[in-house]
Amino acid sequence: MAEGAAASTAAIYRRLVAAQVRSQASYRASFVLDLLSNVVFLGADLLTVLVVFHRVPVLAGFSLTDTLLVFGLSSLGFSLADLAVGNIDRMQRHVRTGLLDAVLIRPLGVLWQLLVLDVGVRRLGRVCSGVVVLAVAVRLAEVPVTPANLLLLVVTPLAGAVFFSAVFVATATVAFWWVDSGELSAALTYGGRDFTSYPMTVYGGWFRHLLAFGLGFGFVAYYPALILLDRPDPLGAPSWLGWCSPVLAAVAAALAALVWRTGVRHYRSTGS
Amino acid sequence: MNANGRHGGVNVIEAHGLRKDFTVRVRKSLLRRERRVVAAVDGVDLTVQRGQLLGYLGPNGAGKSTTLKMLTGVLNPSGGRVSVCGLTPVPQRILLARRIGVVFGQRSQLWWDLPLRDSYELLRHIYRVPAAEHAARLRRCRDLLELDPFLDTPVRQLSLGQRMRGELTAALLHGPEVLFLDEPTIGLDVVSKQAVRGFLAELGESGDTTVVLTTHDLADIERLCRRIVVIDHGRVVHDGGIDALHARYGSQRRVTVDFDTLPPALPALPGVHLESTTGPRLTFTLDGSASVGTLVSALSALGGLRDLSVTEPEIEEVIARLYRSDEGRAPS
Repeated sequence: MAEGAAASTAAIYRRLVAAQVRSQASYRASFVLDLLSNVVFLGADLLTVLVVFHRVPVLAGFSLTDTLLVFGLSSLGFSLADLAVGNIDRMQRHVRTGLLDAVLIRPLGVLWQLLVLDVGVRRLGRVCSGVVVLAVAVRLAEVPVTPANLLLLVVTPLAGAVFFSAVFVATATVAFWWVDSGELSAALTYGGRDFTSYPMTVYGGWFRHLLAFGLGFGFVAYYPALILLDRPDPLGAPSWLGWCSPVLAAVAAALAALVWRTGVRHYRSTGS
Repeated sequence: MNANGRHGGVNVIEAHGLRKDFTVRVRKSLLRRERRVVAAVDGVDLTVQRGQLLGYLGPNGAGKSTTLKMLTGVLNPSGGRVSVCGLTPVPQRILLARRIGVVFGQRSQLWWDLPLRDSYELLRHIYRVPAAEHAARLRRCRDLLELDPFLDTPVRQLSLGQRMRGELTAALLHGPEVLFLDEPTIGLDVVSKQAVRGFLAELGESGDTTVVLTTHDLADIERLCRRIVVIDHGRVVHDGGIDALHARYGSQRRVTVDFDTLPPALPALPGVHLESTTGPRLTFTLDGSASVGTLVSALSALGGLRDLSVTEPEIEEVIARLYRSDEGRAPS
């Protein structure tokens, strides 16, 4: 029974996403342009990596191809999250325009409704280019094709996507208390993405520790990439850390859910 | 008192001592800020019976929308008890959502970029309404609100009046027991206003759906609401019919008479005052207790009465007086 209800709830959300795709596709020219510009965006980030390696052949112990693998894992995870929940940073606007109220009077979960009503279909371009970059990197870095590696190549971007989604949701929720929270949100999401795009050895001391372990960004791409490249961590961490990203993603998602619930409760008691 | 059940219960809405406090921060100096608690809704008691059509009135900022938000489960009350359809709105939000319909005049329930028809199809799935039931209700709304000409138009291209008719339909397709309308006729053209009013009047007459309506439009009230609750500064200052409102705020009927020649002496009747004399035209104002019949027969006995008209008090005047009054509190 519960399974049937869950399945039909999933079907409702599928319809809502489909409606969103149709909505956004109704502005045809702008839809196509957006899709393309999102491809270009990733190209610009990629160009940065290439420029750096044009000057130095090895960066903090990692070659260009190694770095590309880290970059590919990170950007695919991030672009998936951006596609699914990236628009949640409009939270403050939803409060102001009353969308949040409109969502609260429908018999569905609040967060899920906001996510599907705002899904950034146009960001699909970034996901596609993320897949391409990762595939090229896997090839160039000559990652051995083993079942374990293939599994890791699927699990890591997905866990990364969940992790980044959690960061998006948790930081956007801050808008319930603090209107100008956009900066904090951007610092953590885009900053986090940039941090995970390069091997951690690039970064120094306390900053690395804070972001890698304190906030968990080290698990998004760096440790899994070490396993795929079959090399030990120059910083001395055990290699099994590369398999921990799903656990971390689950913890982050749980924390984000908690923050979200608190935020909605706050809204319902303060009305702002 | 038990207000449970779809059919048995009498009171669909029950609120006792309902309040909502907001904390506002007031800047005192550069660094010092003071927190002040403001009661947006300050102890409202309200019971609404099944099938009633209730007008909920008040000036801007009186607490109307805040009350509606507490009744629909959007906001958590700071105090008091509230039950709608036998449910407590906030903790039972999803159960309640299936049994109420809400139209916030400022906020659309429709999908902006899709044809109107698509929104209804999506809502059918969101509310899990059986296809046949949905089709029947949609058919009825299509007829009464004349939706057919724009059913396939993207919502963003609809006029405000068309959109509001669309919103009303959207709120009714799952067969809600209570319909909450926040300013449903605001900004509409005359024709759309009439269409919406006519529809609501019919909905009210059928007696199945309880309607709570906030509005600034006094014609809405006169046309639709037999019961009016006026709220000001977060408190109920009037609860009753239009007549009671008139009586309470001393609104006056006017009798205007034209004579061939002005009579030398006028009858003195209790509660009747001569307001003005312009040529052969006299205007009298009557207090609530005075009878028009008595006045008319007294005047016609004078002879030479040519024309006569009676003007009912304008609700507008009453409400304006109510809003203007210093504290807005009812005289007791």
